[in-house]
Amino acid sequence: MKKAFWLAGAMALALAQPATAADSVKIGFVSTFSGPTAVIGNDMRNSFELALDHLGRKIDGKPVEVIYEDDQQKPDVGKQKTEKLVQSDKVDFIVGYIWSNVLLASLKTAVDSKTFLISANAGPSQLAGELCSPYVFSTSWQNDQTPAAMGLYMNQKGVKSVFLIGPNYAAGKDMLAGVKSTFKGEVVGEEYTVWPSQLDFSAELTKARNSKAESIFVFYPGAAGVQFLNQYAQAGIKAQIPLYTAFTVDELSLPLQKDNAIGIPGAQEWVNDLPNAENKKFVEDYRKKYPGLRPTYYGAQAYDAAQLINSAVVAVKGDLTKKDAMKAEMEKANFKSLRGPFKYGNNHIPIQNFYLQDVVKDADGQLSLKTVATIVKDDQDKFHDKCSMK
Amino acid sequence: MYLVVEQLLNGLQFGLLLFLLAAGLTLVFGIMDFVNLAHGSLYMMGAYFAATFVAWTGSFVLGALMALGATLLLGIVLEYVALRHLYGRDHLDQVLATFGLILFFNDAVRLIWGPAGLALPLPAWLTVPVQIIPGVYYPAYRLMIIVVAMAVAAMLYLVVMRTRVGMLIRAGASNREMIGALGINIKLLFTLVFGLGAALAGLAGLMQAPILTVQIGMGENILILAFVIIVIGGIGSIRGAFMAALFVGIIDTMGRAFLPDLLRKVLSGAAASTAAPALSSMLIYLLMAIILVLRPEGLFPAAKR
Repeated sequence: MKKAFWLAGAMALALAQPATAADSVKIGFVSTFSGPTAVIGNDMRNSFELALDHLGRKIDGKPVEVIYEDDQQKPDVGKQKTEKLVQSDKVDFIVGYIWSNVLLASLKTAVDSKTFLISANAGPSQLAGELCSPYVFSTSWQNDQTPAAMGLYMNQKGVKSVFLIGPNYAAGKDMLAGVKSTFKGEVVGEEYTVWPSQLDFSAELTKARNSKAESIFVFYPGAAGVQFLNQYAQAGIKAQIPLYTAFTVDELSLPLQKDNAIGIPGAQEWVNDLPNAENKKFVEDYRKKYPGLRPTYYGAQAYDAAQLINSAVVAVKGDLTKKDAMKAEMEKANFKSLRGPFKYGNNHIPIQNFYLQDVVKDADGQLSLKTVATIVKDDQDKFHDKCSMK
Repeated sequence: MYLVVEQLLNGLQFGLLLFLLAAGLTLVFGIMDFVNLAHGSLYMMGAYFAATFVAWTGSFVLGALMALGATLLLGIVLEYVALRHLYGRDHLDQVLATFGLILFFNDAVRLIWGPAGLALPLPAWLTVPVQIIPGVYYPAYRLMIIVVAMAVAAMLYLVVMRTRVGMLIRAGASNREMIGALGINIKLLFTLVFGLGAALAGLAGLMQAPILTVQIGMGENILILAFVIIVIGGIGSIRGAFMAALFVGIIDTMGRAFLPDLLRKVLSGAAASTAAPALSSMLIYLLMAIILVLRPEGLFPAAKR
């Protein structure tokens, strides 16, 4: 009896689902919502929700349903959650992905099912090159681009030699390769650390100091960035060897890094003070909606992903079966991005500016990030030639 | 040469820190025959308490002492309220229950302190590098960890080897039933031992906190290392935990420091860079496997039952 009841319930649900799918836009959102890096996932969710608020909670007049899934920062879990979203929830779009290794594990599932996937952060080199797909777009960057911009800045500063330190996973390798692609000085050492479990960098810092390099470059997103800066300052190396970074100082890590972050330059495609109307509104409304929090580039990219989806759905007048037309619309990047206008390359990775950011005390006496200069304009990733789409 | 000295110090510091964590674990496991997966949570609580108390009092030392007392108290309460009911049970039940405690502590911390984590800033006198021998600088705070952990190790040794309580602890490690039969209040002894273990874990957590960040789940990765150490050192043996912790700390650090360069001599640059961190993190598990094959009881097993 009980069994029959459950069975009936399940069948009713199964019948009900396709009916609702037709008149709503279903979005799956894969990010990290548990563990030490959950703050990043929360920021992406906050910004995505804010974008939906700005769109009136509707896309082309249809209600939006977002299903948030936690990848626990693990590639296998991310793949599983992506499969669930594609196969049982039958979502129209999948958004999110902080981590390159999680995205690479999940990619095939989305592409095979021809579900649009919009990476709001991860940008592994493979995605820009041989694994590029008509169904995959990025509202962030290709991993190498940001550190490559940092390399250019280091050339401007006349830095002669560098010691590179980064985590041993897809993005870490891209990041260090990115600096090497533009930096004209000598690379005296290159160290990879176990990711994400290694949090003590004493051995690497000791090597960096003994290498007599003129500078250090690191890529440590999330809490690892806090730990690296702590240890860099405590070892007294901050007074000896200047540090250059990518994705290591942001609005989430800054409250914990405090004064350790002062004087540490970073490169970024979005900074909270970029002077366009959409960005001002975004930062203001975010701080109003989530008191005590500040948006990061992760959030800005998630916000842009919502706008990109909106542009595609509006262009086909809500007919989500017209995938080719939606793809063609998204390729135009026909929406107001928080970073200012950009174009898509053939591989659906933005061609965009990168800025130099610095840590300053703002009007409230709080540490915040500020745009100092434009390092490079309309930068395109160097893997687009390897992409089969023309 | 200086590089080797400095890396040895790094390894020593890491090893001593691991010892503090492993000492409590091995005591509880060896004497009470109790598998406590929540030991890492006590480490985390030590760090959270310290960050809170240091912010309240404005003094690093005072805050750290208060945090130490608080974790000791927490350990005693935890033993009294929850764990004492699990002693007679199967190891699997204990694993299940203490795993539940990990989840409980993680969510309790999320509720009380929020998901973002805390910072535990060091006072200025601890953030300067110290010249130990000409040409070699070492962070003052890491030196302090070495000194404090050495002192704690010496104190533990004295307590365990030279006092009556220590004698009971050693007796408990070799034959639990017998000392109970001899009229010793074993319940009280267990509560004390558990409290001591908790305080040691808390000390490890609060000393590690300024180097890392204070965050949810910070005890989980390091707990695995602590288990490796008590397996290598011999369950229930403080001396074993001490030696094994130093081995693990130094092997792990030296592996990270020198393996990449060694590998680069054999392999191509890119392959070596990728393989080295993976290999160096395997070294300690390799050590554990070898010890398990050659001396399944560990290097310094507690007296035979």
